[in-house]
Amino acid sequence: MADDAHHGHDESFLRKYIFSTDHKVIGIQYALGALVFLLFGFTLVMLMRWSMANPNQAVPFIGGFLETLFGEDAQGGVITPQLYNSFGAMHGTIMVFLGIVPLAVGAFGNYVVPLQIGAVDMAFPKLNMASVWVYFVGGVVMFSSFFIPGGPAKSGWTSYAPLAVIDAASAGQTFWLVGMIFLITSSLLGAVNFLVTIIQLRAPGMTWMRLPFFVWAQFISSFLLLLAFPPLEAAGVMQLMDRVAGTSFFMPTGLVVSGEAYSAVGGGSPILWQHLFWFLAHPEVYVLILPALGIVAEIIANNSRKPLWGYRSMVYSVIFLGFMSFIVWAHHMFLTDMGVIISAFFQTTTMIISIPSVIIITALIISLWGGSIRFNTPMLFALAFLPMFGIGGLTGLPLGLSGSDIPLHDTYYVIGHFHYVVAPGTIFAMFAGIYFWFPKITGRKMNEFLGKLHFYPSFIFMNGIFFPMLIQGIAGVSRRLYDGGEYYEFSESILQLNTVMTHSAFGLLLAQIPFIINFVWTIFRKTREGEGTRNPWDATTIEWTDADSPPMGHGNFAVVPQVYRAAYEYSVPGSDKDFTPQSEPDSK
Amino acid sequence: MSVEIPYITEPRPDTGLTLAKLGVWLFLASEVMLFGAFFSSYVVLRAGNTWQDFAFGPAPVVQDAESDEGDEWAEEEAASDETEDADEHAGHDHSAHDASAHAADNAGSGHDDHADLHSPLQTAIPMATFNTIVLITSSVTVVLAYASLLLNNLGRFRFYFGLTIALAFVFLGVKYVEYTSKFAHGYFPATSPLLALYFTMTFLHVLHVIGGIVVLAYLVGPGTKMWKTNPAQFTGRIEAVGLYWHFVDLVWIFLFPVLYLL
Amino acid sequence: MSHDHSPEAVKKEVRVYLGVFGALLVGTIVTVLASYLKVSTALGIFIALVIATVKGSLVACFFMHLRSEKIMILAFLLLMLVFFVVLMILPIGMQMDTFTDNISP
Ligand code: HEM
Ligand SMILES: [Cu+2]
Repeated sequence: MADDAHHGHDESFLRKYIFSTDHKVIGIQYALGALVFLLFGFTLVMLMRWSMANPNQAVPFIGGFLETLFGEDAQGGVITPQLYNSFGAMHGTIMVFLGIVPLAVGAFGNYVVPLQIGAVDMAFPKLNMASVWVYFVGGVVMFSSFFIPGGPAKSGWTSYAPLAVIDAASAGQTFWLVGMIFLITSSLLGAVNFLVTIIQLRAPGMTWMRLPFFVWAQFISSFLLLLAFPPLEAAGVMQLMDRVAGTSFFMPTGLVVSGEAYSAVGGGSPILWQHLFWFLAHPEVYVLILPALGIVAEIIANNSRKPLWGYRSMVYSVIFLGFMSFIVWAHHMFLTDMGVIISAFFQTTTMIISIPSVIIITALIISLWGGSIRFNTPMLFALAFLPMFGIGGLTGLPLGLSGSDIPLHDTYYVIGHFHYVVAPGTIFAMFAGIYFWFPKITGRKMNEFLGKLHFYPSFIFMNGIFFPMLIQGIAGVSRRLYDGGEYYEFSESILQLNTVMTHSAFGLLLAQIPFIINFVWTIFRKTREGEGTRNPWDATTIEWTDADSPPMGHGNFAVVPQVYRAAYEYSVPGSDKDFTPQSEPDSK
Repeated sequence: MSVEIPYITEPRPDTGLTLAKLGVWLFLASEVMLFGAFFSSYVVLRAGNTWQDFAFGPAPVVQDAESDEGDEWAEEEAASDETEDADEHAGHDHSAHDASAHAADNAGSGHDDHADLHSPLQTAIPMATFNTIVLITSSVTVVLAYASLLLNNLGRFRFYFGLTIALAFVFLGVKYVEYTSKFAHGYFPATSPLLALYFTMTFLHVLHVIGGIVVLAYLVGPGTKMWKTNPAQFTGRIEAVGLYWHFVDLVWIFLFPVLYLL
Repeated sequence: MSHDHSPEAVKKEVRVYLGVFGALLVGTIVTVLASYLKVSTALGIFIALVIATVKGSLVACFFMHLRSEKIMILAFLLLMLVFFVVLMILPIGMQMDTFTDNISP
């Protein structure tokens, strides 16, 4: 706030990079944290994939290390079912809450939103710093649970009770709950900050319908976080009470565990946990996807050199989508005898919510029509996002109808479906965003050749991993099987797909090497002659046209920009260049 | 480069709001959802149990390790059938049989003296009523403190704020007595769904009160400096913390009947 | 608070606060007394919740100044209220079949 103003160039390193209140530094802190966690979550899943393709065989190279770390659970360097469960639960948790959300909202949101709306910073810079630190603590708690006796949480990222509660022998689940409470708090602080920033700090002339679509996406995501996360926080507290204080919020009467009566008094409701969990977790999937849609919209408009087709309908769709996402959650619970009327209600709302998503994706596809498309790396990722998200979305429809969901529930079909949304979907959009805004952050574009070397193999391997999952799932292979379904007769004919997927996953890992090299190298290389122009992509939005790249320090703009026009005025007839910045006044 | 964030003291013309005001209201909206989840849980757990089971904890199912699931359920049904008549009258007339059964279940406590109770929280009603009045009063003093600032009367503001903090401590003190007496009677969070909700919800509320005390104490202590340098921003802060404090009061207004009286 | 921060207006507000304070005290006493009435459980719950809602509204409208608040905040709160109601109704609605035994007194 006001007192930050006096620190000019004499800021200490600590104040500038660690305890910074500058939204740009905070965005980068989130980005680095999230990228590390994404890589970690991916490593976990590599080990899981090894086990699925080669059950009960020692993990090559690092088997010994696993045994030292996990003892009995990794006896002989083998991924035991116990360990598989831990890794699965932590993979899901880390990817969602420590990877994608911090990257999509914490990093991109923090860095880009104030610049795109012409604000000097977020509305509450200190709160912003608090939120990144709370995130950090949550991450440490989650990560440290790998090193406690008994290992980390084992009950899936959904932590269904009673399973999650009766596993009292190890503290992993307790760590998970405490970690989640921190992560939720961090998101709530961030959400308040984003909402206030977007509502209050738009530059003069930046009306709601002139906002870049990315800002709209962040706005709605923040709303979802603000109102959907608290119930999970409450549920987390209750499950924590069940575990440490012996209460029975989620523990039914007469529960028998391993042939013995469970000690808690009972009277609780396991279904209650599912309600509170999915009340968050469905809106959460929109938090995972909306910022991705926002990034893709920016990049498609910029690289097809055309205004977004149907900007307004996209905005109305995203608002409607946000609203509807609160009343579809029980489509995850069709198997919990909910009665025909309620089930019909949720099937209907689920079908309805697919409409705005289709409108958005259709508008993006039509936006390409007749454009003079530049196939640079960000654009390739953005273009790949469209069909990948399309597959993810369409495979979701059968899961929204109880008739088809009941056989598909908890099979690999579900895993394939939502990974199409979040992995080749959101993750590709995240990559697109990184390539796109990298010159904003460093003043240097990333290398195109390495970028393409990153893109094409990633695209192939992503599909190599996730498409077979759909096939296996339809054949009936359950999720959460450490042996990939080896012992089921019906899965015999599709068992070799496990090898395909595992090899693809390994290929995907290798395909990230060019990215990492590119990333690090571009950070450290010198700026070339002619590089470091403000606006290397010839974009219209004010983060490019009115601020330097890399941006000046805390404060962003030399003069507060004045906005005169909509966000995507590309190729305006009669104009001498093919883009008209938002801050350019009408010539008349 | 200076970082002068606008609309800290002056409302933004098109929304009519300052940053702090909007921020606090959004925060409170998320708090409503937090407590809402607990109230929703209350409804689910209460409707999922007979009153007797809900308030005092279900009688344990007589356990036969060999029995299969079917038997389990059957026995549970039987157990709850027994208590059903008693629940018909939400009154004080549980059959001696039920009461003693429960006294035995909730092992080793002074339960028996209270076997005729309708609810384990019944004895706390006077204390809770008193606390309700304390909290309502503190809500009034906060808003009077804010009004005093508007009237430029810093001394009166200090007085009302101090009073608010004192009342908050009274609230905490009473809560402490209430908790200890519950423990002394053998009522713990694990005893029954009602008590689990009671302890969790009221403790969460207590945490909110403590958080409020910290902020109030800061603002009436070192934070008052700002009154000299930037009175508008200071008044804004008082208004914001006032909103929070009223919300804490508001939550209690619902907690009180739901937990103690229904 | 109304935009008018003139001393007279504030003093008038203060009288309103004290009036609301009185109403809240009365509401509290009435709830407690009502809980001793011999009415059916359902009616008892209904009475208690109505009184609590009235008290809560008084706090929100007067102490928190919602009655003269900006439209944007009211809109957000309305939205929150919708989701709050959803959160209260649906979990119970979904298990109604299982619960009806316990609810009807
Ligand atoms: C990109 C590489 C990824 C691969 C190869 C991968 C693979 C897998 C596999 C094999 C499973 C386990 C299925 C099972 O045993 O039941 C799984 C589960 C899961 N993944 Fe991923 N995943 C990836 C990325 C992501 C991302 C980006 C997210 C989230 C944003 C994510 C979220 C989840 C969740 C929530 C689960 C369920 C965990 C559970 O069963 O509780 N994954 N993934
Ligand atoms: Cu869903």
